[in-house]
Amino acid sequence: MQETQNWSEFIITRLIKIAGYSAIVFIGAIFFFLLKEGLNALTEVQFSALFSDRWYPIEGYYGLFPLLEGSLIVTIGATLISVPIGMGTAVFIAEVAPRWARDILKPLVEVLGGIPSVVLGFLGILVFAPYLRILLKLPTGLSAFTGSVLLAAMSLPTIVSIAEDALDAVPRSYRNASLALGATEWQTIWNVTVPAARSGIVTAIMLGIGRTIGETMTVMMVTGNAGVLFKGVASFFNPVRTMTATIAAEMGEVATGSIHYHVLFFIGIVLFMFSLVINITAYAFVIRTRKRSERILS
Amino acid sequence: MPRSSALEPGHDDNGNFKTERNMDKIVIENLSLIYSDGAESLKNVSINIPVNTTTVLFGPAGGGKSTLLRVINRLNDLADVIHISGNVLLADNTNNFTNILDPQLDVIALRRRVGMVFARPIVLPLSIHDNLTYGLEMAGENDKMRLNEAVERSLQQAALWDEVKDRLDDPAAALSGGQQQRLCLARSLAFEPEVILLDEPTSGLDPISTGKVESSIQELKKLYTIVLVPHSVQQAARTADFAAFFLQGEMVEYGPGETIFINPRDERTASYIEGRFG
Amino acid sequence: MLTLIAVITVVPIIAIIIHIFMQGMSAVSWEFLTSFPRDGMQAGGILPAIVGTFFLTLGTAIISIPLSIGAAIYLAEYAPENRWTRAIRIAIINLAGIPSVVYGLFGLGLFVIFLNIGTSILAGCLTLSIMTLPVFISTSEQAFKSVPHSFRVVSISLGATRWQTIRRIVLPQAQPGILTGVILGLERAVGETAPILFTAAAFFLPQLPNSPFDPTMALPYHLFVISTQVPGMPIELQYGTALVLLTFIIGMNILATFIRSRARARRQW
Repeated sequence: MQETQNWSEFIITRLIKIAGYSAIVFIGAIFFFLLKEGLNALTEVQFSALFSDRWYPIEGYYGLFPLLEGSLIVTIGATLISVPIGMGTAVFIAEVAPRWARDILKPLVEVLGGIPSVVLGFLGILVFAPYLRILLKLPTGLSAFTGSVLLAAMSLPTIVSIAEDALDAVPRSYRNASLALGATEWQTIWNVTVPAARSGIVTAIMLGIGRTIGETMTVMMVTGNAGVLFKGVASFFNPVRTMTATIAAEMGEVATGSIHYHVLFFIGIVLFMFSLVINITAYAFVIRTRKRSERILS
Repeated sequence: MPRSSALEPGHDDNGNFKTERNMDKIVIENLSLIYSDGAESLKNVSINIPVNTTTVLFGPAGGGKSTLLRVINRLNDLADVIHISGNVLLADNTNNFTNILDPQLDVIALRRRVGMVFARPIVLPLSIHDNLTYGLEMAGENDKMRLNEAVERSLQQAALWDEVKDRLDDPAAALSGGQQQRLCLARSLAFEPEVILLDEPTSGLDPISTGKVESSIQELKKLYTIVLVPHSVQQAARTADFAAFFLQGEMVEYGPGETIFINPRDERTASYIEGRFG
Repeated sequence: MLTLIAVITVVPIIAIIIHIFMQGMSAVSWEFLTSFPRDGMQAGGILPAIVGTFFLTLGTAIISIPLSIGAAIYLAEYAPENRWTRAIRIAIINLAGIPSVVYGLFGLGLFVIFLNIGTSILAGCLTLSIMTLPVFISTSEQAFKSVPHSFRVVSISLGATRWQTIRRIVLPQAQPGILTGVILGLERAVGETAPILFTAAAFFLPQLPNSPFDPTMALPYHLFVISTQVPGMPIELQYGTALVLLTFIIGMNILATFIRSRARARRQW
């Protein structure tokens, strides 16, 4: 079928197609580069040494375990805080709040999402950490807990907006049917609407987790950056070091091509893998439930 | 090229009415079409559409009428068609026929010869003037005088000129539903096409607007060939010079308007016209 | 009970904004905005950081916007539903999920070292561009998809080509949506530190950058530096810097919201 009229249109269409495929080129390039530099670490450092529990590059200890733990602890902590609050807020905005409250809340949450990580980290150092130190009588306010709270604040907008969209997308007819059967508003929300929006909510939480794992500046500024192992719940209030903070803090001081340099890239690969897994899972979830709902609603 | 057949009016082997070959604007032979979802297909349709007449395609929903219209201006290229076969031939004014289904066909040029009006008034988000000149501008016409000429002429033909002549630069979306549909009719006339396809053009319009559109069509067929899918049997009866009854992708019966609506040959046609199903 | 939760969310946001505003107000003056830091950052202003952020944002916009809109047009208007298109979409989703520090690492490895551009505005912009690509592409694609399909059908039926339809009808109608997405995406670029940490940012420069190949100071990086690396840094100046950064961000947010609601009101469909 003849679709183009002249040469310039032909060229433009070609350029558009190239632009479309550029995303694949970029992700491939990133993947390739990380591998190029990071895989060297596997040859230069013994595999078991890489996953040992001492991170002390100056003396040649490249154990990633404390860093992995640090990231995990902070992420779990942040998720424990942000999911209930985020879900509650999302349900509030989508189902309970009157019009005027929605019109204030939604932009406000968006603003929170825009606040840069440095600013939150900055407030963490100046305000939040000292406050915690005094309140909980800790030796230092810079800890995994502090990081978790601030990270929860950062991932909250992601969770709220995506979950709220998912709740909003639930057809009115579901709600109406439930109410017509005699259920209360509250029962309807928790037994009908929320389950119906399940996939969107899971996506929201996964993307929130993804954001938390990848967060750099805030954790670098408030978690104390001590690469030590977790020893029981009380250590939650001790300093930790995340993978992201490690890269950010040490990259500036390494010699290009050194072992340290390669190990930092290796950490980058690990982070990349985490986000890959989280994102593909979230995407697969969305696709699967979209197909399901298409079947149901058709 | 069309195969030779009866050169005088009469009936073909199936008992269907046949017109004179040199009076035909569009000749459709054994057209079959299947969409990927199986909906609204066409099964071996053969029909001749005479020039300067109103041919009406009527029947219950899903019969394939809209599909047939969209074949004529190749608009079904936008949809998922998995099978199409047969011949669809369009005559120009020297009686040379082009096969519309030819994959090498210049479809853009085709769509300037065959205009279409849709069931809902779909005005482009432009001014009234620009809606009308859109097609011409896309074809490369930039002579302002010729464009303005086209605007006035087509609005006159659609009986809309007097109502909008002072506000041609207003957004088309500001017009009422009936006016918008007449604008869409005018828009299809801007090219001075040869054929105009109308797919339920008055559904959703009030009776007065419907009347205006129908009388425009009566005028227009003197210059163009009209193929119309009506939204009611009554409209079909009012406007048809020739009528074809479609049922589930098959063309059941075809003939002059008076014959079909007063004395249909097929039982199914009669049932539908009398409202026994639909 | 839900109301309580919503309040827990809202109160800290407002508290943060007000707190920064109150503490930083005193430091922000014309002099603060237009002069260089002195005394090892402990006095003076933040002009080079503001200028640096401006250049970085501008460069990112120039590189990323045409590429993103092109990709969005491809996805929304041309791409068939096949394996390759799905691959593109997966690639975009993954680009969106990559931590910002990994972008910094990539930018360092590719632009600064391998392509030998050095620590520079250019390297920073290239890195930030790839980072903002997914945001721009998805919001633009949404904008295109929200234009009613019937317009395209009508346009084609009038003899226009697909590109003519896009240029004349779809793009203009999608413009506000695209603009909103661009502003929100650039807003992110303004506030990000990790991607520019190794690719563009400099601790202190005595003069403004002369060319894209120069390194530069930047607002978020500056805030990071003065709050963690400069002992004895006056607190008002820290808050002042935070306030300036926050003002840019919230300003862009308000601008985007304004464009979005104005477009909704003026829609012709």
